[in-house]
Amino acid sequence: MGGSILGTRVLRKEDPKFLTTGGVYVDDMRDEPLLRGAVHVTYVRSSVAHGRINSIDGSDAMQMPGVLAFFTGADLGLEPQPSAFNPAATRTLLAMDKVRYVGEPVAIIVSETREQGEDAAEMVIVDYDVLPALIDLEESMASSVHLYEACGSNVVFDTTALGMPENTGDAYFADCEVVVKGRYLNQRVAPCPLEVRGAAAAWGADGRLVEWISTQHAQGAVAPIAAANGVDPSQVHIKTADVGGGFGAKIGTYQEEQLLGVVAKRMGKPVVWRETRSESMVALGHGRAQLQYITIGGTKQGKVTHYQLHAIQDSGAWVDMGTILAPFMTRPMSSGVYAIPNIECRTTSVVTNATPTVAYRGAGRPEATAAIERAMDMFAAEIGMDAAEVRRINLIPKFMEPHTTVIGQTYDVGDYETALDKTLAAADYAGWRKKQAERRASGASKQIGIGVSVYVEITGGVGTGEAAKVEVTDDGRAIVYTGTSPHGQGHDTSWSMLVNAKTGIPIDKVELVWGDSDLVPVGSGTMGSRSLQQGGNAVYKVAGDLAEKAKTVAARLLEANEADIVLDTDKGIFHVAGTPAVSKTWAELAVAEKGNGGLSHDEFVGVPSATFPFGAHVAIVEVDTETGKVKHIEHTACDDAGVVLNPLLLEGQIHGGVAQGAAQALLEEVRYDADGNPITSNLADYAFISAAELPSVNVVHMETPTPVNLLGAKGIGESGTIGSTPALQSAVVDAVAHLGVRHIEMPCTAERVWTAIQNAK
Amino acid sequence: MIPAPFDYKRASSAAEAIALVGEYGEDAKFLAGGHSLLPLMKLRLAQPAMLIDIARITDLSYVRDAGDHIAIGAMTRHHDVEHSPIVKEHLPLLAFAATHVGDPQVRHRGTIGGSIAHSDSASDLPATTLALGATYVAQGPNGTREIAAADFYVGFLESALAPDEMLTEIRVPKMNGATWGFQKFNRRAQDWAIVGVAAWKRGNESGVGLVNMGSVPILATSVASAIASGASIADASQLAAAEAEPQSDLNASAEYRTHLAKVLVRRALESSSN
Repeated sequence: MGGSILGTRVLRKEDPKFLTTGGVYVDDMRDEPLLRGAVHVTYVRSSVAHGRINSIDGSDAMQMPGVLAFFTGADLGLEPQPSAFNPAATRTLLAMDKVRYVGEPVAIIVSETREQGEDAAEMVIVDYDVLPALIDLEESMASSVHLYEACGSNVVFDTTALGMPENTGDAYFADCEVVVKGRYLNQRVAPCPLEVRGAAAAWGADGRLVEWISTQHAQGAVAPIAAANGVDPSQVHIKTADVGGGFGAKIGTYQEEQLLGVVAKRMGKPVVWRETRSESMVALGHGRAQLQYITIGGTKQGKVTHYQLHAIQDSGAWVDMGTILAPFMTRPMSSGVYAIPNIECRTTSVVTNATPTVAYRGAGRPEATAAIERAMDMFAAEIGMDAAEVRRINLIPKFMEPHTTVIGQTYDVGDYETALDKTLAAADYAGWRKKQAERRASGASKQIGIGVSVYVEITGGVGTGEAAKVEVTDDGRAIVYTGTSPHGQGHDTSWSMLVNAKTGIPIDKVELVWGDSDLVPVGSGTMGSRSLQQGGNAVYKVAGDLAEKAKTVAARLLEANEADIVLDTDKGIFHVAGTPAVSKTWAELAVAEKGNGGLSHDEFVGVPSATFPFGAHVAIVEVDTETGKVKHIEHTACDDAGVVLNPLLLEGQIHGGVAQGAAQALLEEVRYDADGNPITSNLADYAFISAAELPSVNVVHMETPTPVNLLGAKGIGESGTIGSTPALQSAVVDAVAHLGVRHIEMPCTAERVWTAIQNAK
Repeated sequence: MIPAPFDYKRASSAAEAIALVGEYGEDAKFLAGGHSLLPLMKLRLAQPAMLIDIARITDLSYVRDAGDHIAIGAMTRHHDVEHSPIVKEHLPLLAFAATHVGDPQVRHRGTIGGSIAHSDSASDLPATTLALGATYVAQGPNGTREIAAADFYVGFLESALAPDEMLTEIRVPKMNGATWGFQKFNRRAQDWAIVGVAAWKRGNESGVGLVNMGSVPILATSVASAIASGASIADASQLAAAEAEPQSDLNASAEYRTHLAKVLVRRALESSSN
C-alpha cells in the first residue's frame, strides 16, 4: 500500500463548516419544509425527588400567552412500560402516579414560542405527597420504601440472580500474606454534550412520522418511537442533523423524544423541542455512579493472588442502560491487565431518586479499571513497593493469540509490559521519582505526585458488524452510506480516506450519508468505540469489492480481460496493465452502468468479536499541601488502538478522553442535597473542566494490530478516559503519601486533599 | 435558562437612566455588561419587570488621573481596567485583580461599576476596591453623593445605593509604591473565588480585602491593625478571618474557607510588587 492515504494526518473535512458557518443542529432546522408552522413543546418536570402525585393542574398555564395545549399522561392515555432490563419495573413516559427524580417529565405544554412554554410551565401546579428521597446507594438498598413496588426491593439487578457466584467474603483471602480492603466511590458525573438534546416531529402527507433527533443511533430510535406512537416501525422515519456530542448519553431514546409524535398528531401540526442546559443537567442520563468494595490479597513480594470486587451500581430512578453496565462491562473487565489467579466479582444495581444512569464514555470499563488500579496502589503501598513495579510483576505476559482471564473474558491481543515501559520512559518516570524525593526532602509546601495506570478495555462490544453501501455517481463522486453515527468523531474524513484508499476517488468527492433510518435502515450507531472497527471496516470492505466490480465494467469498456485491468488508486482510473494512456474514469463506469442499476455495492460486514485496546498512563501533579490544590502538570498516554487510520483523529480522541478522565478525577461530581434536589445543575456549579486546567498530553505511539477486522483497528474513543482517571487519582494520593495519606475520593478537590492531610497528621 | 418576560429601555445618559428608574421604581434594574444580572435572570432567580440598559452610556467609560486618586467611570469594562496604563501604574493591584474576573469574553462585556453595584461578595473587584480604600460616587435624582467602600456593602447582593441611584464613578487612592498581592483560589480558571484576597502594604500601613468570606466583601481590619502594631505577616495572617462570616456551600466548608483565608492573606502580603 505504498503511498496510501491510510495512516496519514489528513485534516478533518468537517472542520471548515464547523469552524465557519457552524453545524446545523436539530434546533437550527428553520428551513425544513416539513417543520413549517411548528409549535413548541415544553416538558413540565418534577420539582421533587420522590413523591406521589395527587393532582396536576394546568388550568393557570392554559391561560398564559401563546399556550395552545396542555397534556398530562392521563390526557394522552399513557400506559406503564416495562424496563428492558427488569420488567417488574414499569413507568409511564410522563409520570402519572409517582415521580422518582427531580427533572422527570410530568406534563407537556404546547405553545407558539419556546419562551411562552417556559413561562407557562411555571404555572402548572402539581400536588405531591412527598416520599423519602433515596439518594445514597446503601441507604436505598436497605430502605423499606421502594421506588418500584413491584420489584419488591430497590435492588433491581444482581449478578447472583443471574446465577453468577456470590462473593465468598474474607475467607477468600485466608491464604494471603497481605490483604488490603477499600470502599471507593466512582462518583456520578454528567456527560454535558455541548449540544443539549433536541428533537422535531412531523407527520407526513403519506401518514408516516418523520422525527429528527440529536442521537448517536437513529436506527435504534425507530422501534421505541413507533411503539410510543402506536404505529408499525415501517411508519417511522428517523433523521439526524449535526450532533454536538453525546458521550453515550444520546444512545437511548428518551421519553421527551418518544412523545413528540403523539403531541404532533394531537395538534395536527409539527412540533419542536429543545431542552435548556439546566434541564439537560437533570434529565439527560448521567454516568459512572458505582460504589466499589474491593479486597486484594497476595504475597509480600508483590504477587497478587486474590481479588474480590462488589460493585454497587447506582441505576438512578429508572432501570436504564446504567443498570447493566456493572454486570456486563465492569465485571468481565475486573481482572484488567493482570494475571490474577483468583477473582470474584459480584455486581448489584440499585435504583435511587437521582437522574437515571446510562452509558458515559467508557461505560463500565473505566469503573473496572479504577477499581483494580486503586487496588494495585493500595497493595503497593501496603508492601512498600513502587506502584509501577507491582503492576509489572502482575501483568499478563504478551499474547498474540486470544487470552482468557479467570473471570472468563477473552482478550484478542495484548502487550501490556511494552505499553508500560514505553510510557514510563516517555514520562521520565525515574526522573520524576528523583524530583519527587528531592521535593519531599526539601519540605516544600508544593509536593509532586506521580500516578501510573495500566488498562485494557472492550471496544466494539456493541454490534456484530456494520452495514455499508458505496455508490458512484455519474460525475464520479462516491456516496457512502454508513450505519455509524458521527457526533464529533470525524467519520466523514475517516470513511473518505478508506474509500480513497480502495478506489482512488479523491476524499473531497466522497460524501457521507448517515443517521437516516430510511436511507440507512441497518446500523448500530456510534457507541462503545465501535465505529472504525465495524463501520469503517465495512466501508473498507465494500469499497474494495466495488472496485473489483468496477473492473468488470472497465474490462467491458476497454475490451480487455478483467484480469488485465488495473485500478490506479493514485488517479482513480482504470486501464489495461501496461497501457495507462487508455483509461476509464469512475464517472465513465458509472454512466455505463446506469442501465444496470448503477455502480454500487452494499453489504453487511460482520466481525467475529470485540477488540481489547490497552495502554498505560502516567500523570504528574503538583499538590499545594497548605491548601490541597492540585495542579495537573504533565500527562503521558500510551493508547494502543491497533493500526491507526488517521493519527490526527486518534490524538484528538486521546486529548478529549484525557480531559474527561481528568475531570472525573479532579473536578466533576453530580451532587444532590438531602432532599434529593440537584445542586450541580448548571455549568457554573458543575465543574466541567476547561483547557486552563489541563496540561498538553504527551501521546506515546504504539500499534498492536488486532486480527478481528480487515483494518487491524481497535477503538480509541474511550481509552483516554479509562486510562487517565486512575492515573490522576493515584498521582494526587502519591503527592501526599509521605504525609500518611493512602486514599482520597474522587473528585480530588482541594478541600478533600487538605482534609486528608489533616486527618493523616 | 430562559428569563421571565421583561420590558426594556435604553438610556443614553446617566440622567435619563435615573429618570427611567424613578419612573419604573423597584421593578426596574440597570443592565450594564449583564454578566451578573443575566445569569440570575436566566435561572429566574431575578425577575425584574424592566431592564434599563445603560451599556451605551459611553461617557461613563474612562480612567482619569485625579491627583491623589484614580477616577474610573462605572461603565469601564474589566478589559479596559486591566489594560489601562494609568491603572497599571497607580493601582497595579486593581489591574491585576481585573485580569482574574471570569474569562476574556466576560471581561470584554462586564463593567467595574456593574460588578460593584451588584455587590456580590464572591466577585473580585468589590473586595479589591474595598481593600484599596475606594470611594464610590452615586448619582440620584437630587445629585451625586460619595459613599465609602467600607459603608457600601450592607448585605447579601445589597448595597447602600438607593433604588433610584446609579453608581457612576469609582475613586481609588493611588497606591504610591505599596507592595501588593492578589490571591484567587478557585476550582477552575473562570470560576468565582472560593476565597480570594486582595492586599497591599506600605511600611506598617496595609489593607486586606477578602472575597467570598461572608455575605459581603470583608475588610480584614484585624490583620491591618496587627501589622500596624508590628506583628509579623505570618502572625497577622492568623487573624485573617476575624471579621469574616464564611458560609459552607457546594465548594467549601466554612472551616476550610477560614483556613484558606489565613494561608492566602499571608501569601498576598508576602508577595512582591510585580
